[in-house]
Amino acid sequence: MRFKIHRYNPETDKKPYMQDFELEIDSSRMVRDALIRIKAQDESLVFRHSCGEGVCGSDAINMNGINGLGCLTRLSSLKQPIEIRPVPGMPIIRDLVVNMDQFFNQYRAIKPYLTVNDPEPEVEYKQTPEQRDKLDGLYECILCGCCSTFCPSFWWNPDKFRGPAALLQAYRFLADSRDQATTERLEELDGPYRMFRCHTIMNCVNVCPKGLNPTKAINEIKKMMLKDML
Amino acid sequence: MTLPKRKFDTLVIGAGGGGLRAALQLAQADASVAVVSKVFPTRSHTVAAQGGMNAALANVSPDNWHWHMYDTVKGSDYLGDQDAIEYMCRAAAKTVIELEHAGVPFSRMENGSIYQRPFGGQSQNFGGDQAARTCAAADRTGHAILHSLYQQNIRSKTHFFDEYFAIDLVKDEEGFVLGAVVLEIETGEPLLIEARTTLLATGGAGQLFRTNTNAHINTGDGLAMALRAGVPLQDMEFFQFHPTGIAGKGMLISEAARGEGGYLVNKDGERFMERYAPHAKDLASRDVVSRSISIEVKEGRGCGPNGDYIHLKLDHLGPEVLDKRLPAISESIRTFLGVDPSKDLVPIYPTAHYTMGGIPTNKSGQVVVPVDTGEEVIPGLYAAGECACVSVHGANRLGGNSLLDIVVFGRAAGNDIIEFLKENPYHRRMSQDSVDQALSRIARWDQKGEGESVDTLRRELQTTMEEYCGVFRTEEILSEGLGKVLELEQRMSQVRLQDHSKIFNTARIEAMELENLIDIGVATVTSALARQESRGAHSRVDYPKRDDVHWMKHSLYYKENRRLDYKPVRTKPLTVESFPPKDRVY
Repeated sequence: MRFKIHRYNPETDKKPYMQDFELEIDSSRMVRDALIRIKAQDESLVFRHSCGEGVCGSDAINMNGINGLGCLTRLSSLKQPIEIRPVPGMPIIRDLVVNMDQFFNQYRAIKPYLTVNDPEPEVEYKQTPEQRDKLDGLYECILCGCCSTFCPSFWWNPDKFRGPAALLQAYRFLADSRDQATTERLEELDGPYRMFRCHTIMNCVNVCPKGLNPTKAINEIKKMMLKDML
Repeated sequence: MTLPKRKFDTLVIGAGGGGLRAALQLAQADASVAVVSKVFPTRSHTVAAQGGMNAALANVSPDNWHWHMYDTVKGSDYLGDQDAIEYMCRAAAKTVIELEHAGVPFSRMENGSIYQRPFGGQSQNFGGDQAARTCAAADRTGHAILHSLYQQNIRSKTHFFDEYFAIDLVKDEEGFVLGAVVLEIETGEPLLIEARTTLLATGGAGQLFRTNTNAHINTGDGLAMALRAGVPLQDMEFFQFHPTGIAGKGMLISEAARGEGGYLVNKDGERFMERYAPHAKDLASRDVVSRSISIEVKEGRGCGPNGDYIHLKLDHLGPEVLDKRLPAISESIRTFLGVDPSKDLVPIYPTAHYTMGGIPTNKSGQVVVPVDTGEEVIPGLYAAGECACVSVHGANRLGGNSLLDIVVFGRAAGNDIIEFLKENPYHRRMSQDSVDQALSRIARWDQKGEGESVDTLRRELQTTMEEYCGVFRTEEILSEGLGKVLELEQRMSQVRLQDHSKIFNTARIEAMELENLIDIGVATVTSALARQESRGAHSRVDYPKRDDVHWMKHSLYYKENRRLDYKPVRTKPLTVESFPPKDRVY
């Protein structure tokens, strides 16, 4: 199979370039398998990866123009030559590795932790199965960054717009029947940028490797804000 | 060039559940904590744990911690230390509640309490009916716990060094551990982190084996760092093979699949576990189920064109259970096998999964080494989680006890560190020799020229370990295996890197990971060759029986001269009567 892979080593390269590789590999394998095999031939190729089964979120890359996880993307699903690039819009460190600081800063900014003001009981906070169901489709996020780095609003304002991943997590806590910081969370997201830069382009939904829906979560937050105002 | 330095009260190496639980305990006690992780914390392998965490909450079936303790001692094939096991089982309920309060989205019962499912080796009333003791967030429990712990650490302002690789511990002449030399992966620059206490929480070494359920990062770095610091590794011959890895690929299919009612069938469609474990059947201990699968395949009852795997049957569970209780493994089965668990049988085979052995600690997480007739702590050094050997798992870990282990002993280590910090209020003088030694480990990889590649040796190591130190072992096979692993150790000195750049040089990281793996491989095969009995996961065809007279003791492997030593199992619990060894039937 034929590959074109983004290469850039700031120590030796003036600018990034695309390098061709050919590899004998079963097309039912995943893109990550191919990258590992290529690295065995050329150890200078650099990419992040770890669990190989789509739960650690390390290997977000851009394949033939679309963001996804290398470990969950079958080679046979991609047209050759397969073009592999880093996820767009982020500072490139080397080859396929980008600096994710802004992405994680936005995540931390939404205060992604359960906040309860009541005294702690000695048993669990009760939650009915129906209340718990509201967290499905939210808590599963693996922070791979496929969505936010494929969002034009995030490309333009990565310092001000929280981005789809952080907003999905903001709603994960707003939707949690145990959480008691609803007002503070909604206030924090108010204003022209933090959430309202979302223009429902839906790139996030299309590329999420876990099938999650940040756009829907953003709409739910807007509904909560409206209700809060009334 | 002067080496940059940072100073903290405590250094935690590893950001999985053990490291993060300890860091949280410390940060909440106002200690300054640095967490060093070679990947962003939520990429740590705790994230991949599926089925759940054991605690006798009795939300589903009658239960108490004492029954849990009995099951764990029996599961360990009587090699677990009963004081530590009692401590863990007693602490379990409280620890789960703390996690729930920290935000873990556990699945729920109708009355709003935490959902629990049956898992292997669980019983009511000391060997009676099946218990349902495993607290679960669908089949993503590890993910739910790791993310919640990271989130609470953000709140507590723990200081993270993300994508820093730990090179070696730093010690002074009196044996105090003073921190570690680490490498910033992005810049390729070393950094000295000085700390009054250091906690190793670096996880297991599943990458020793070709087919494994582990992540690329599970290279046992902390185990090898301990060995190089003169600390022995305990019970390394006990490596768990999980019964249900995806055949030929290794991805984990949680024991929850069988806990929720799935079962194994051979090529004749026979539910063969009924023959091997008439009472517990598919929910016997993992060592028992893995051996049974291997025997079925060896005796010609395997499935598929080559008869080299077994089928896991889930199609009778119905979409409600698959979607609600097992969504992630259903997705994995569709993605990696292209089959539909609601209609098709799932090909599985035992797969290297968990390092029962590790750095010897007591139940406070302090690293201990034998001195004369007793034990001594290594001042300033702690270990918790899969890299540690407390030992609560003994010769075989029960499913659902790993998430429990990391959180209980991460927390316990945190508490003991707080005491140590009070008693040792000042940093000790740094030992330049020890720092230089650590730095030389990095410098070694600057050697240029032709040589073998890291990739070649890693693959040979993994194949060797699988062929010569797998589910069934004999003297002959292990001796040959030891020869091969030692040869790899020799050849390691001839390995050269081609990539000598500094920025994000993962080839250099993988080279140092391979050094770690080879040390651990030698420890594992050496310990396995010496143990002339079958116990738990260590199955010797030439010594098929457990031998409590000669072998109810822990192995200790030292890197220097590949020396083996032994210490007794702690059979005396904290408050209850000891469970004496008896025949282990399920």
